[in-house]
Amino acid sequence: MASPAPTHSEPTSLLARVLDSDVFYSYRKSPVTVVASIVLAGLILAAVLAPLIAPYNPFDPSSLNLMDGYTAPLSDSMMGNYFVLGTDHQGRDVLSTILYGSRVSLFVGISATLFAMVLGVTLGLFAGYRGKTTDAIIMRIADIQLTFPAILIALLIFGFARGIIPPAQQESAAVWVLIFAIGLSNWAQFARTVRGATMVERQKEYVAAARIMGVHPVMILVKHILPNVTGPVLVIATIGLALAIIEEATLSFLGVGVPPTQPSLGTLIRIGQQFLFSGEWWILFFPAVTLVLLALSVNLLGDWLRDALNPRLRQ
Amino acid sequence: MTQPVLSVEGLTVQFPTRRGILTAVDDVSFAINPGEVLGVVGESGAGKSMTGSAIIGLIEPPGRIAAGEIKLHGERIDNVSSDRMRKIRGRKIGMIFQDPLTSLNPLYTIAEQLIETIRRHLPLSHADARKRAIALLDDVGIPDAARRIDDYPHQFSGGMRQRVVIALALCADPDLVIADEPTTALDVSVQAQIIDVMKRLCADRGAAIMLITHDMGVIAETADRVAVMYAGRVAEIGPVEKVIRSAAHPYTQGLMGSIPTLSTDEDRLTQIPGAMPRLSAIPAGCAFNPRCPKVFDRCYHDRPDPLPHEDRRVACWLYDKAEAEA
Amino acid sequence: MLAFILRRLGQSVLVMLVVALIAFIMFRYVGDPIASMVGQEASSADREALRQQLGLNDPFYEQFFRFITNALQGQFGISYRLQQPVTELILSRLPATIELAFTSALLALVFGVGFGVFAALRPKTISTAAIMTGSLIGVSLPTFLIGIALIYVFAVELQWLPSFGRGQTVQIGWWRTGLLTESGLRSLILPAITLSLFQMTLIMRLVRAEMLEVLRTDYIKFAKARGLSSRAINFGHALKNTLVPVITITGLQLGSVIAFAIITETVFQWPGVGSLFINSVAVVDVPVMAAYLMFIAFVFVVINLTVDILYYVVDPRLRVSGPARGH
Repeated sequence: MASPAPTHSEPTSLLARVLDSDVFYSYRKSPVTVVASIVLAGLILAAVLAPLIAPYNPFDPSSLNLMDGYTAPLSDSMMGNYFVLGTDHQGRDVLSTILYGSRVSLFVGISATLFAMVLGVTLGLFAGYRGKTTDAIIMRIADIQLTFPAILIALLIFGFARGIIPPAQQESAAVWVLIFAIGLSNWAQFARTVRGATMVERQKEYVAAARIMGVHPVMILVKHILPNVTGPVLVIATIGLALAIIEEATLSFLGVGVPPTQPSLGTLIRIGQQFLFSGEWWILFFPAVTLVLLALSVNLLGDWLRDALNPRLRQ
Repeated sequence: MTQPVLSVEGLTVQFPTRRGILTAVDDVSFAINPGEVLGVVGESGAGKSMTGSAIIGLIEPPGRIAAGEIKLHGERIDNVSSDRMRKIRGRKIGMIFQDPLTSLNPLYTIAEQLIETIRRHLPLSHADARKRAIALLDDVGIPDAARRIDDYPHQFSGGMRQRVVIALALCADPDLVIADEPTTALDVSVQAQIIDVMKRLCADRGAAIMLITHDMGVIAETADRVAVMYAGRVAEIGPVEKVIRSAAHPYTQGLMGSIPTLSTDEDRLTQIPGAMPRLSAIPAGCAFNPRCPKVFDRCYHDRPDPLPHEDRRVACWLYDKAEAEA
Repeated sequence: MLAFILRRLGQSVLVMLVVALIAFIMFRYVGDPIASMVGQEASSADREALRQQLGLNDPFYEQFFRFITNALQGQFGISYRLQQPVTELILSRLPATIELAFTSALLALVFGVGFGVFAALRPKTISTAAIMTGSLIGVSLPTFLIGIALIYVFAVELQWLPSFGRGQTVQIGWWRTGLLTESGLRSLILPAITLSLFQMTLIMRLVRAEMLEVLRTDYIKFAKARGLSSRAINFGHALKNTLVPVITITGLQLGSVIAFAIITETVFQWPGVGSLFINSVAVVDVPVMAAYLMFIAFVFVVINLTVDILYYVVDPRLRVSGPARGH
């Protein structure tokens, strides 16, 4: 027996439709998701506004004073300056470094995910629509790549780039190399999903009709097939963002990520780890908490999104 | 009068959803006598499968039996412990599902699945259970049963698999078999064979059958009595030839009009206008009122219970004595 | 069966060739091999002589062929950084990584499947909610943070377990094991947990999802309708069917344990292949990078092959052909 489907009244305005939708309903019904989205929004806002709201500019050497170093949270330094989250060994305000660090982490994470998405969706559409050899080649590459952990691929690409780019430009190119490496290690998931959906959609009559009418293939892909894959792509992108943020942090932690002059959360954790045994826990603790909050809130959103957009799980 | 194998009284199954409680089965009552074949017919969503699931105690949560009683040999089984119910399933009540391709576990041989079930319910040794299993497969018409018993499900065709499913449902000699659309997923050419096998085996063992289907033709050939369901309720229940030849409920009449026959000269099949309402949008009064050609005032206000009419019961105000006198 | 294995074997060789090509291109074109081998003071004539001697002026395919022949014999050149044969370096560090990876894989498998089955069978309990929340946190926690947290709690604060290294080891043939001494085993605990946690959460979520899927199928419904016991249904029928698809992904997950060991080895200063690799990436020690790539690819190919064969053994639909015998 088909499970009984609840009725909908059909509201007209967009806002009313959003508020009445099943997706919004499941959002409201999940307090964890609401909290996660608020936390994420807060973190993103803080990162974007970092230059305006950070109490200090941690990367301006003139404002740094080694005498401020190792100040514990909620206390005055030897120089009489107050630091909410304390300072690190160079006297940099931990709160400020976190604000700027999140900015780097988010920038790299979002850029890499967008890059992976554009690449994966394009290749997926292409493979699904063209089929045959094109499909075989693209999907075989995706298969092989999916076999290996993204972090390993990113490391290799990073190593590759290191060897090719002249040393003088390595520092300035590091962020872009990182985005490229992380993005390139995550495209396959997108491609696989989009390719599957494209193959299904391509069989449908309206696509055949559009083709007969001479609509350009690119138009068919963009107008008819792309809208059908936005849901799954959104889910993969959200979960992919969490992965990308973690991947960036890991690479930076391993010392092959962003340059030390432009630290991300991973770099801060790498620095803080050195003081694990000597008792200056705050240098490590606060960046770590920020990173976990960031990754966890994105993951929670992705998890919820996947359930909310999966019609079979919906009640 | 003999005690019925199964009697269902006022059975109501409900699903809570975010937009209110849906009633999938609404105050359904009927009985099945030993050895009898009761056909249950209706459109998909009419509540027939849900009734079957309720009897065997396998309604998927959050669905639940909200009211009513189910009695097997006069004893209630709708409120017994899940452990007790597990001993009734398979042993007293066998069940056959729609799709033989998915009803069997692909990772176990037919022998493993049969022997497991037999030994669960009957105190037999492995060797005896295997003998019984082979005999059963022979009975349901699997050629070379002694050899094929060690094959995996995917090595059988759909029709053959449904025979295996029948063997599994009957392997502990239940008193009642609930067959939920047993032939719907099969080729037309094998449907009749499967129904024959099922009917013959049940007759041999004295098992009653509750045959759930949307195919009036199957009911006509197989059932002794028929219950017609509409929107979760029983519209009409009575002896099969009476219901077919002189349908009383306007819905049943419409249903009969849509069966092609060779004897009539009509060029076209009649059709019931409209569609069965969704469970969430059942109109007040009689659920059939928007589609009923004989609808009158009362149908919009009161919901009719099945009323006695000749030797059957019909849930229609047309057959209310008081209404007739008025 | 034989044809199946041969086909798989052919595909594996193809994958290895592709990876070898990548490794070779890296080896040959990233950085200047000559510059890494001779000092700054070498004249251009010397360089050209060395270039000729090393065959760097030969055609591409010849060099590639030579690369593969050498690789088959286990020769990947000399590490730029450590000035030692790469193969020797990797072999000396392999036991550490393998012991760590296997322990973690075992942990991940046992607890991952266990928790996953529990969560699927008891979906509405507090324990399941706790497991699911824990798993989501597990996925969101970067491996290195887990390692640092464990070090902080068990090594710094409680001082129960060592925070780095392998402890005492025992040499058996060419294999240096840490599994036979108390300090070796104690040193293994924290890194193994760190490395296993991520895979554990993945396996757990996968097993749970698959099992929920299987529990919804018709054959489980039919098994219930036949009155089989919950035990028989859950563990005899549902679990077995769950494990078929799980085998593939789990197998691959276990492969990635070796790759993920890079991070854990860095955090715990574990003297394995992973830390060798990361140190090589930092200074673009190409021969080590290329050899590591080949090594990881080989591990994955072997695991893939094993998984395929295992799949074949477990699933009768692959073993015996379909409804061939009439009907």
